[in-house]
Amino acid sequence: MAQVERQQWDVVVVGAGGAGLRAAIEAREQGARTAVICKSLFGKAHTVMAEGGIAASMGNVNAGDNWQVHFRDTMRGGKFLNQWRMAELHAKEAPDRVWELETWGALFDRTKDGRISQRNFGGHEYPRLAHVGDRTGLELIRTLQQKIVSLQQEDFKEHGDYEARIKVFQECTVTRVLKDDEGRVSGVFCYERESGRFFVIEAPSVVLATGGIGKSFKVTSNSWEYTGDGHALALLAGAPLLNMEFVQFHPTGMVWPPSVKGILVTESVRGDGGVLRNSDGKRFMFDYIPDVFKEQYAQTEEEGDRWYEDPDHNRRPPELLPRDEVARAINSEVKAGRGSPHGGVFLDVSTRMPAEVVRRRLPSMYHQFKELADVDITAEPMEVGPTCHYVMGGVAVDSDTAAARGVPGLFAAGEVAGGMHGSNRLGGNSLSDLLVFGRRAGLHAAEYAAGADSSDAGRPVVVDSEVDAAAAEALRPFSAEGPEARTGDDAAAAGLPPENPYTLHQELQQTMNDLVGIIRREGEMEKALEKLGELRVRARRAGVEGHRQFNPGWHLSLDLRNMLLVSECIARAALERTESRGGHTREDHATMDRAWRRVNLICRLSDPTGGLAATDPQRGQIDLSREETEPVRPDLLALFEKEELVKYLAEEELSE
Amino acid sequence: MTTATSQSSEGSPASGAASTGTEPAGAPATSYEAHFRVWRGDTDGGGLEDFRVEVHEGEVVLDIIHRLQATQAPDLAVRWNCKAGKCGSCSAEINGRPRLMCMTRMSVFDRAQTITVTPMRAFPVVRDLVTDVGFNYTKAREVPAFVPPEGVAPGEYRMQQEDVDRSQEFRKCIECFLCQDTCHVVRDHEENKAAFAGPRFLMRVAELDMHPLDAAEDAGLDRKRTAQEEHGLGYCNITKCCTEVCPEGIRITDNALIPLKERAVDRKYDPLVWLGSKIRRRGR
Amino acid sequence: MATGTEPRPSTTGGVREGNRAAIDAPHLRIDRWWLAPAATAAGLLAFIVYSTWRAFSNADYYAAPYVSPFYSPCLADNCRDMAGGPNWDLFGSWWGISPAIIVLIFPLSFRLTCYYYRKAYYRGFWASPPACAVAEPHKSYSGETRFPLILQNIHRYTFYVALLVAGVLTYDTVLSFRDEHHHWGHMGLGTIVFLVNIVLIWAYTFSCHSCRHIVGGRLRHFSKHPVRYRMWGWVGKLNARHMQLAWASLISVAVADFYVFLLASGAFSDPRLF
Repeated sequence: MAQVERQQWDVVVVGAGGAGLRAAIEAREQGARTAVICKSLFGKAHTVMAEGGIAASMGNVNAGDNWQVHFRDTMRGGKFLNQWRMAELHAKEAPDRVWELETWGALFDRTKDGRISQRNFGGHEYPRLAHVGDRTGLELIRTLQQKIVSLQQEDFKEHGDYEARIKVFQECTVTRVLKDDEGRVSGVFCYERESGRFFVIEAPSVVLATGGIGKSFKVTSNSWEYTGDGHALALLAGAPLLNMEFVQFHPTGMVWPPSVKGILVTESVRGDGGVLRNSDGKRFMFDYIPDVFKEQYAQTEEEGDRWYEDPDHNRRPPELLPRDEVARAINSEVKAGRGSPHGGVFLDVSTRMPAEVVRRRLPSMYHQFKELADVDITAEPMEVGPTCHYVMGGVAVDSDTAAARGVPGLFAAGEVAGGMHGSNRLGGNSLSDLLVFGRRAGLHAAEYAAGADSSDAGRPVVVDSEVDAAAAEALRPFSAEGPEARTGDDAAAAGLPPENPYTLHQELQQTMNDLVGIIRREGEMEKALEKLGELRVRARRAGVEGHRQFNPGWHLSLDLRNMLLVSECIARAALERTESRGGHTREDHATMDRAWRRVNLICRLSDPTGGLAATDPQRGQIDLSREETEPVRPDLLALFEKEELVKYLAEEELSE
Repeated sequence: MTTATSQSSEGSPASGAASTGTEPAGAPATSYEAHFRVWRGDTDGGGLEDFRVEVHEGEVVLDIIHRLQATQAPDLAVRWNCKAGKCGSCSAEINGRPRLMCMTRMSVFDRAQTITVTPMRAFPVVRDLVTDVGFNYTKAREVPAFVPPEGVAPGEYRMQQEDVDRSQEFRKCIECFLCQDTCHVVRDHEENKAAFAGPRFLMRVAELDMHPLDAAEDAGLDRKRTAQEEHGLGYCNITKCCTEVCPEGIRITDNALIPLKERAVDRKYDPLVWLGSKIRRRGR
Repeated sequence: MATGTEPRPSTTGGVREGNRAAIDAPHLRIDRWWLAPAATAAGLLAFIVYSTWRAFSNADYYAAPYVSPFYSPCLADNCRDMAGGPNWDLFGSWWGISPAIIVLIFPLSFRLTCYYYRKAYYRGFWASPPACAVAEPHKSYSGETRFPLILQNIHRYTFYVALLVAGVLTYDTVLSFRDEHHHWGHMGLGTIVFLVNIVLIWAYTFSCHSCRHIVGGRLRHFSKHPVRYRMWGWVGKLNARHMQLAWASLISVAVADFYVFLLASGAFSDPRLF
């Protein structure tokens, strides 16, 4: 094995989206030398796609807002399955995280008195989302990016080197988290996309901030980066994943033309007055208000319309129900034959506000439809349908420190971490999640790294054999037919032609979309698991042409491992949970079951020692177990009315 | 380039006049075969390679590049990310014009036309359609960051909407670097890269200089002056190509570069303004 | 791999620089990119030829009550008498050539340093660049960083003078409400030509980028200067049409001059409205 370059840093952050950059800033400010590794160019992370805003109870628009109300909304949205401590920290710290952005140069839209303006969003009781038009995610990423640059400028003044204390390794991919003999994190194994060169970063702390898993589904709002890398890296390192069955399908993605199917239509369209209609022209959402939300939502169109002007004396229209409810409703309408020509429903702003206002308040939506679909949203309705958007499940972490369970030195923040959003995430809670827990992960990762240096065992050491194994694994697609593939478990595969990674990926997406999609059935998910097993065996033969220099076929072959692992977690957990809750809807178990509120589903790698040796399609690679949720702290429970709690909590929890 | 006007007159898009001659009469097909020329190669050389590839209704150039990857050229290197015109990764030159591949619809081309796709030609090539855009990251580092005002705690920032409007326009930038690519100052003159920040980062200077709370001046940094002296504002001859290619429609020249030039004049070439500020300072 | 071409020697400059994608063509545009710079150059050339002829001809510039905008104000001893018109003998009798030269230098410098005309002639005459993403022919480029082009920075002073010139032309337009005997309260076709011209001249002058800066652009806090903010908004609206106004006013000033020429040379007589 050729010598692999090694570098020493204190904290490695994997991913340069909102959570990753916020973690890196914090770690660097705590004094840790910090490396950021990202698959794309610096500043291109998927966070830029976030449109609506950052939820934070600053109370700038409605002074009634505070962290308790935000906490309540978050718990309701997540159907009480949230890690309540995370929801609490999130609600408490979000305003500080937003204000801090201003000191780094962010320019939010303003209220009349010069504060940060806040807008309405689904599931939020008050206008709460700090925003910049409909490009809030871009503002967030750019601000964090520029803050990192400013830190680098400080370091340049001090050390003459911009990258002395914080460095971004852009267009690099991590394929393995490395551990020392004691099971502590010792670093990461990476390749540089541009050259295909391998390198190792030795560091006692690794923060996973890799985002989500959407690219396992066919119709998704997610970019190519969302291949579940962090989820898979954590599994492979021995950390458990939590509640992976909860995948959010955003109700409004574009449905036409086919090439943009899935691209997001921001929720602010509805927050600002857009309404959903079926092919009969009916505002069908009024038929889909579930019992738990009956009190908070308008029952008539008139009341709903009045709410935009006078939110204090009217209830909000049901278009602003949490995303899972709206997505299911749209799905039902389309199934009942009341859909739009291209299989969605109509989302209309053109009859609701003047063209001028549409263009000013929703500039990038106007632009997106005009450019991509040749639809003028000021004159005609949009066609929208559900699209895979976000995974609520993720790495099981300690609520306060963002440390992954069971693997010292591993941290996770942002979408890759599980628990914060319970079974369903509210719009706007994602960006604030990134900031709150990104900062916490960075803080504790830096502290842990400092502690590792002063501990008796000293810094963890990277084991050579692990590096060699990781390099061999990464090179596998180039020798898909080589001798290595013909040994052991792969004997049956000998002589078979290599598989095209693009074809495998498409089949995987189709499988997940059709069989583990928005509405799930037992038989289909069993079929999905079979298919995943088959794909996993075939993926071992994924072969690529060409060389290692910027070779997308190779990159995809490596990402397939991650997508297959994550997909299996989703399918297994979804099969296990026999109820419908938030982002998990079972046709064969259509209602929410209070007994399930106490159950978290935990996924672990079946064979933590042998990596991916498990090639028997029947067996799978994932072990699923149940775990009882921690009871909600009484003072937090006291924030809710008893009548409401009855709908969510099991009998025995209520009596406690 | 004309817009897709041929579409709207007919019931089904992509069945417009562009199909004349390539389709059997009366059967407007939703897919057809297009002729592509894609630059392939690396630092050692390369050239335009011909492909015939299927195109479906409603697709954009990036879709076609992906189809080439999946079917004919699995190692064709291309940078992309959001595929919705929001991240600015898939910058390239299509028929010689700098554009985002994800925002260039196939319906704007005549079906019989050969479509040439090359990497951005102002930056060193890495491989195929991927270029080394490091120049831009270097320049980004050379612009001093926002200086927070002293004595204003987080949460106490107060700014009026009309005061942030101008900088907000510039912050719409998705950093696709098409303006940097098209700007002849560096595109045609490699030697100017050291001295010239390019439209994107001059716009960044303008953004900060117009930021209502930037305290750079109190910290001894005069952005108006450094725009000229350190970021090469004088190289710009306002020929507006940056504005022409901006996929976000930011009026870079009119709203950022020219105002910045005028601000530099205030500092460096206008004795009246100089005198005025002297008198005012003495008055204080 | 890609169809092979040999590695090329580096530093051939510009888009053919060694480390860039190996493409020999200076550009790959297939649209009519040359049309805009060619039309611009042709239009400007036509104006230059016409105005040079008229400026040096020193004749046919006054036909009561109209004075050609090329010769207004007329500041030398050799000016024709214009009866209440803008002829003030500041230069005296030593000035031998056409008095238009004294005055034309000011609007000329305003337009020469104008941000739009700069773009137009850099592209049209200097091919720097000829069009976007089309390689320019020059070996080196220093933009407006040194003499003489650094002088473009005086644009705002030429703007101040342009205000004076526009003022005089406004005065001329007022005078055009007389008849050929200098009696007030009359109007001819020429009056309309002058009116259109002066509106366009003012619109062009106020749409100037320097004007936009002076009026409000240089402020950091619009909210503290509501009046200037509003004015900045108006100028901004005009400014968005700076190019159109530049051409419209260029044409209208030539038309106004040509109209006076036709009258003065007797080729045409002014239709009187009242």
